[in-house]
Amino acid sequence: MTRVIKYVFYDILRTRFIMLYTLFLLLSTFAMFQLDTDTGKVVLSLMNIVLMVVPLVSIVFSTIHFYNSYEFIELMLSQPVNRRVVFLGEYFAVAISLCFSFTIGVGIPVVLYGTGPGGFTLLFTGIMLTLVFVSLAFLSSVLTRDKAKAIGVALLFWFYFSLIYDGLLMWIIYSFMDYPLEKVTLALVSLNPVDLARILMLLQLDISALMGYTGAFYKDFFGSSMGFIFSSAILSLWIIIPVWGALRIFKRKDL
Amino acid sequence: MISVKEVRKNFGKLQALKGVSVEFALGKSYALIGPNGSGKTTLIKSVLGLVVPTSGEILVDGESIRNHWSYREKIGYMPQIGRYPDNMSIGQLLDMMKNIRKNPPVLDEELIEAFKLGNMLDKRMHTLSGGTRQKVSAALAFLFNPPVLFLDEPTAGLDPVSVEILKDKILKEKESGKLMIITSHIMSDLDELTTEVVYLQEGLTRYNDSIADLKDITGEQRLGKAMAKMIRSLENNRQVAINN
Repeated sequence: MTRVIKYVFYDILRTRFIMLYTLFLLLSTFAMFQLDTDTGKVVLSLMNIVLMVVPLVSIVFSTIHFYNSYEFIELMLSQPVNRRVVFLGEYFAVAISLCFSFTIGVGIPVVLYGTGPGGFTLLFTGIMLTLVFVSLAFLSSVLTRDKAKAIGVALLFWFYFSLIYDGLLMWIIYSFMDYPLEKVTLALVSLNPVDLARILMLLQLDISALMGYTGAFYKDFFGSSMGFIFSSAILSLWIIIPVWGALRIFKRKDL
Repeated sequence: MISVKEVRKNFGKLQALKGVSVEFALGKSYALIGPNGSGKTTLIKSVLGLVVPTSGEILVDGESIRNHWSYREKIGYMPQIGRYPDNMSIGQLLDMMKNIRKNPPVLDEELIEAFKLGNMLDKRMHTLSGGTRQKVSAALAFLFNPPVLFLDEPTAGLDPVSVEILKDKILKEKESGKLMIITSHIMSDLDELTTEVVYLQEGLTRYNDSIADLKDITGEQRLGKAMAKMIRSLENNRQVAINN
């Protein structure tokens, strides 16, 4: 496995995209810290970047990378190498590079400016979200042979989780406002990794009032630490289940 | 060595293989012949595990290949169109392949020398011409000295000198008792290189015997003519069967 990871790493480094992404995160994070002296507010603004940009970059980059490595995958599979090793090797190499990029790009300014626990939750949620969207990207990549279609599916995932889902949730809450919806909303929020990440952040920042109804209820239901554990666990499922599904499909895929 | 049993493969509605059964024995060399789209490449890819058959079984050394991968150590594969990571140089590619096969026993670098690939180790794969790519594919197939070789149209796209080099190499390895499975549309090449013929048509094996027998039956001296005659008689038989 390490051998496969090593070669995928080389390939990723050669495209320079990871470097640009790191630089972008580094610059924008530093800029945010320059704009405001209140680190709490900065973390809040950064959170919005993390919730929008990180999933988008992760899912698009991973999908494109998967298709660009088709030759490599084909080559590996005609050698005495296990399909699972090739697939997970690809996954880990992509996930590790993106997480590394994020940790450097956001982590260095956060540590330098000293934001306290808020900053570390930000790093944690960013890494979790990266992993979730890399997983979803791999799933959409094995679902179809066509690169354009796969990128379309990947973008759809992003739109759905970042924009559409919230709208749907609002609509449900609004339509059924006469009923007790607390537990239902709780379950519905678990179905969206971006929402989970947002709640994770807001619980930590202690401004769950900003989150409105669900956030307040969430805090009330779990308290900070239970909420943290619960949403981290669900996020982990969001990482594992798509990769597992993708691996199952990949094992039977024709090349 | 390799037995293919009732293998079927559907790509959506298209039936690429409709129940192919063939035996490939060590020490023999097979010509896999058939019109375009008859399932030759699908058959080879199925044995390699690149394509997963819809039904049927493939045994290598008596063991089913389903969900196995280590048997591929015994196989060298030269694809019809070699596709390699664009950004890698020839040297990096060769290093990577050696590294991926954990403990390469004896390396066979004859073809690398014969094709003078050593002089262009730092050329990137995407800058290579189709012919050079074929040379790299051939060199990789023979590199690990495997007992089984699948060569999918090995001479297509090579210049005359390289074709001869490759043919000499194939003959040499054949003499040393390896199992060769070669697809090609160039009958004269197959006549020189192989002793058995497997004829695939529309996803079925229509003929499977030695070339010598085929020539005997048809009374032709050259494989090309013999094949043409055999195919025509197969067609006639089918026509008769349909008419009856």
